[in-house]
Amino acid sequence: MMAFPWLSWLVFFPLMGAVLLCMMPPAANRLIRTWATVVAFAELAFSLPLWWRVIPGQSGWQFGERHDWIPSLGASYHLGVDGISMLLALLTTVMTAITVVGAYASVEKRGREFYALLLALETGMLGTFFSLDLLLFYVFWEAMLIPMYLLIGIWGGPRRVYAAVKFFLYTMAGSVLMLVAILALYFMQRTATGVATFDLDAFYALVIPGGAQTWLFLAFAVAFAIKVPMFPLHTWLPDAHVEAPTAGSVILAAVLLKMGTYGFLRFAMPLFPVASAHFAPWIAGLAIVGVVYGALVAMVQPDLKKLVAYSSVSHLGFCMLGLYALNPQGLAGGMLQMLNHGVSTGALFLLVGVIYERRHTRQIADFGGLWKSMPVYGAVFLVVMLSSIGLPGTNGFVGEFLVLLGAFRADTPHVGIPLLHLAPTWGNLWSVFAALGVILSAVYMLRMFQRVMFGPITHPENEKLADLSMRERLVFAPIIVLIFWIGVMPQPVLDRVQPALGRTLRLVETRMQVSGAALPATRFAPLARSAAPPAGPAARGGAAGR
Amino acid sequence: MTLPLISLIPALPLAAVALHLLLGDRLGKRGTALLACGAVGAAFLLALRAVFALAARPEADRTLVEIVTTWMRAGDFSVDISFLLDPLSAVMILVVTGVGFLIHVYSIGYMAHDASFRRFFLYLNLFMFAMLTLVLADNFLLMFVGWEGVGLCSYLLIGFWYERPSAAQAGKKAFVVNRIGDFGFLLGMLTLFAFGGTLNFTRLFAVAPHVFAAGGTVITIATLLLFLGATGKSAQIPLYVWLPDAMEGPTPVSALIHAATMVTAGVYMVARCHVLFRLAPVSLEVVAVVGAATALFAATIGLAQNDIKRVLAYSTVSQLGYMFMACGVGAFSAGIFHLMTHSFFKALLFLGAGSVIHALSNEQDLRRMGALSSRLPWTHGTMLVATLAITGLPPLAGFFSKDEILSSAFASGHFGVWLVGVAGAVITAFYMFRLYILCFRGSSRLTHEAEQHLHESRPSMIAPLVVLAVLSAVGGWVGMPFQAGGHAFERWLRPVFEGGPAFAPARELSHGTEWALVAVSVTAGVIGILTALRLYLQSPQTATSLASRYASLRTLLVNKYWIDELLDAAVVRPFGAFSGWLWRFWDVVIVDGTVNAVGYALEGASAVLRLFQTGFVGTYALFLALGVAAMLLHFLRHG
Repeated sequence: MMAFPWLSWLVFFPLMGAVLLCMMPPAANRLIRTWATVVAFAELAFSLPLWWRVIPGQSGWQFGERHDWIPSLGASYHLGVDGISMLLALLTTVMTAITVVGAYASVEKRGREFYALLLALETGMLGTFFSLDLLLFYVFWEAMLIPMYLLIGIWGGPRRVYAAVKFFLYTMAGSVLMLVAILALYFMQRTATGVATFDLDAFYALVIPGGAQTWLFLAFAVAFAIKVPMFPLHTWLPDAHVEAPTAGSVILAAVLLKMGTYGFLRFAMPLFPVASAHFAPWIAGLAIVGVVYGALVAMVQPDLKKLVAYSSVSHLGFCMLGLYALNPQGLAGGMLQMLNHGVSTGALFLLVGVIYERRHTRQIADFGGLWKSMPVYGAVFLVVMLSSIGLPGTNGFVGEFLVLLGAFRADTPHVGIPLLHLAPTWGNLWSVFAALGVILSAVYMLRMFQRVMFGPITHPENEKLADLSMRERLVFAPIIVLIFWIGVMPQPVLDRVQPALGRTLRLVETRMQVSGAALPATRFAPLARSAAPPAGPAARGGAAGR
Repeated sequence: MTLPLISLIPALPLAAVALHLLLGDRLGKRGTALLACGAVGAAFLLALRAVFALAARPEADRTLVEIVTTWMRAGDFSVDISFLLDPLSAVMILVVTGVGFLIHVYSIGYMAHDASFRRFFLYLNLFMFAMLTLVLADNFLLMFVGWEGVGLCSYLLIGFWYERPSAAQAGKKAFVVNRIGDFGFLLGMLTLFAFGGTLNFTRLFAVAPHVFAAGGTVITIATLLLFLGATGKSAQIPLYVWLPDAMEGPTPVSALIHAATMVTAGVYMVARCHVLFRLAPVSLEVVAVVGAATALFAATIGLAQNDIKRVLAYSTVSQLGYMFMACGVGAFSAGIFHLMTHSFFKALLFLGAGSVIHALSNEQDLRRMGALSSRLPWTHGTMLVATLAITGLPPLAGFFSKDEILSSAFASGHFGVWLVGVAGAVITAFYMFRLYILCFRGSSRLTHEAEQHLHESRPSMIAPLVVLAVLSAVGGWVGMPFQAGGHAFERWLRPVFEGGPAFAPARELSHGTEWALVAVSVTAGVIGILTALRLYLQSPQTATSLASRYASLRTLLVNKYWIDELLDAAVVRPFGAFSGWLWRFWDVVIVDGTVNAVGYALEGASAVLRLFQTGFVGTYALFLALGVAAMLLHFLRHG
């Protein structure tokens, strides 16, 4: 008996909703809105059981579905889920539902097409997270671009076409590299085993020689790094965010950027462990540059959306640093930070959208003293801001701290600092520089908050601004719940994702040995240690000199 | 006897916060006040009960731990939400809830006419929650929740009157400067965990002597990083700059957060980590020197300030310096003792100042006060007690704690630190009596308007003043010197500070030396007082002539050594300029310019290529023919 194809249903239900939407009369705004909301919430309801049904400890993919797709090529329609993709799928369905309701007031033209594209986008995103066949993954990855391209290009701001084309071409350029790498993998697989397949599990088992790993890794890494985006491949992001409509910005920040980090975690890291380990210092270095650079540039932005966009560069730097610390805390922190960024930065874009709808400007200088006219809005903004700067008690802190801890203990060589008689590890230094982001985030966020919320009202238009409506309050309520829930009780989330992350780490470790690569010192020692407890507490972590 | 529920103590104010949010303005002012004060009062009673339960236990067994739940766990890293009650946190919760309750009650009157009455008490309750979490946490990470939580409340309360740009600015400054300290705290935690394998206080302190080589680099760096956090929270050099500006907040906030409780968190943290600091003598030395330097430096600035709250703010910075001085010379219990007495008299000074400001229709400038002693008798009387207490005259509270700090410094061989401490005591006595005289004595310099509305504060504000005055008077008696086996306060804390690595005990001083030291510190206070009386009361013209003779020195002090301006020019502006350059030039022109250049280059190349894509079959045929010809040529030549 066939089990109900739950994942396929989740992937294609929004698309079906979108198709039905297109059959409605274009002027029936209320009907369109209601239908889009019903679909988004039904999808959310269908996806929520994943939280309970995906069993963290169980190895391998769950709710797998596998059918031949293009038999002549060996491509299959293979879906499956584990802790990592489960959380990202939930992030997608939650944020899409919130975005649909949040967009009610902001869509001024072609509402039918707008919502249809938003739902089609959801299909693309979920398909990307659930795909276990590289060709299928690539198809969803590319398909996802089209609705976002149209959302920016049609409903965007004055420079929407420039931003949309830039977004599309930039991502495309990376994707083409990835496609070439996927094909190379495919042919290597066929040569090595005689089996033609795009199946991820098969690739996980493939032994790839070191030299080839480097090139293939770089091709994947560039594609993903553009999407993350990592410094210096980030400049499409501010343009895309500024021009995109609110809903587009929210989904872009909350989910699309996670495709990049997810790609690293699911593909680049376990497929090419030797290259990953080799390039880890470079990636960590770029991630830290991103943390500091994004924060510094965010500090001087006159446009609210640009500020949030650059803060994304900074936050995603934290994610990448955590992942490439290549140890349990770093991975857990990086993963958690993906969710946190999705929730908090998504919320920040929604908040900017709220005042944009009222004032049709996003310039910080056009505001000031808003707390007086919009106290509830101010309070919500405050909570989201605190989450974004990682105040303990909110979600941001847990992720940030685990990332810093992971980076600090990353197994990296020592660096001698002659005059001070110090020999910290590179990992120690990573933490020091990344922790600067903790100070800088407070600087740019508080500065913005002060100039928007505090002081006297200098523009008379701001005096009579309406505070959050009931609909808007309902939009932000789940976000605030998530912020505190993950902040105070992160363990349920961590418990669900850690077995999958551990699996990834083990995959990296075993594949590295299979590849016959010289293990760089004790990079994977944290795992080895869990098997054999350390001699003494002093053995843990890097050394900062004796 | 059942164990007291420790977690309930911070939970009560948190529940009040939730109720404030849920019930909104339905409670009315009276209900709001009742809820806020009731929660804190109940927390005080619970704290009392818990401390009595603790005291009833044998001395060796005075540590209660309550584990609520696991907070986070990843790999070998695990942290609980759990609370620790021992004699040290017992002192802290009593001070926090006790003084906190009095200030809550006082605030009802002080804030009665404020439109945002509910928001004020909401923040105040939130602060109590964070502060109690800070002092009751049994691991670094949970302490950090309280640590940044009180910072948040401080930010919100300094900027409480957010419409005033200066208040909003001061709030932001406080938060950012504190974050610089928190950067150190964070890295300190990472170091401690990487080497100690736990962030739990009890477990970490137990393994510390085995894991960290005494005097080694690692422990020295870790403790210095923690101390950086302490300088931020407790306003020490170099991160003291936010505290004077914090006076933009309502006066009860200055009393509660920026005098009695939050700013002492750094001292508490250092004392809590005494095991670690004792392993790092260099760090202790740094603590002592920074404390002494801050004590003197801030006191000199206090000499020349005319805003009544600013004088008190610099005085707080200076007194916190004394507490660190004590910790630095290894006299942790003396530091905590001064923390307690200071919280009594400094809270009283601020609340008294608030009463004066209230009475004078928000006048804060000492130059427009004077001769208020008969007009505000209660305020005057209680303020006088507090002023005498801070100058360290026996038998008031400040005398005992300050004397203990100074004699500990002397006994531990820190002669320089002791000397600076004595000099600071003279200056403290001087500027405090200058404040007292300018405010309450001499001739009236009130504005006409202030004169019109002059009135003594209402009883709900006076009552806390009286209670605090009593505490400022007798609160030091628990630390009566010259007792065999140490005084009561020291004996109470001994189980906490006795543990840990062997520490060279301070040289026992002979009774004669001790008396001599007492005489010196009392004389220091008296000299300061007499000078102030002579200069400001008996012959004000002397003060004026002195001021003009040392005009440059005075300008230096009035302008607070231009430290704020210096920081602005050396740090804030360059940073802003650099960020601007990073964005406008580097990001837009270089990074994005490269991307676009690649794009345009491709576009240009395709424009050239497009010339061949004419759409005419004939052209394509030509190309095809050319191609075939080229191939043929190739194969012919290379065979």
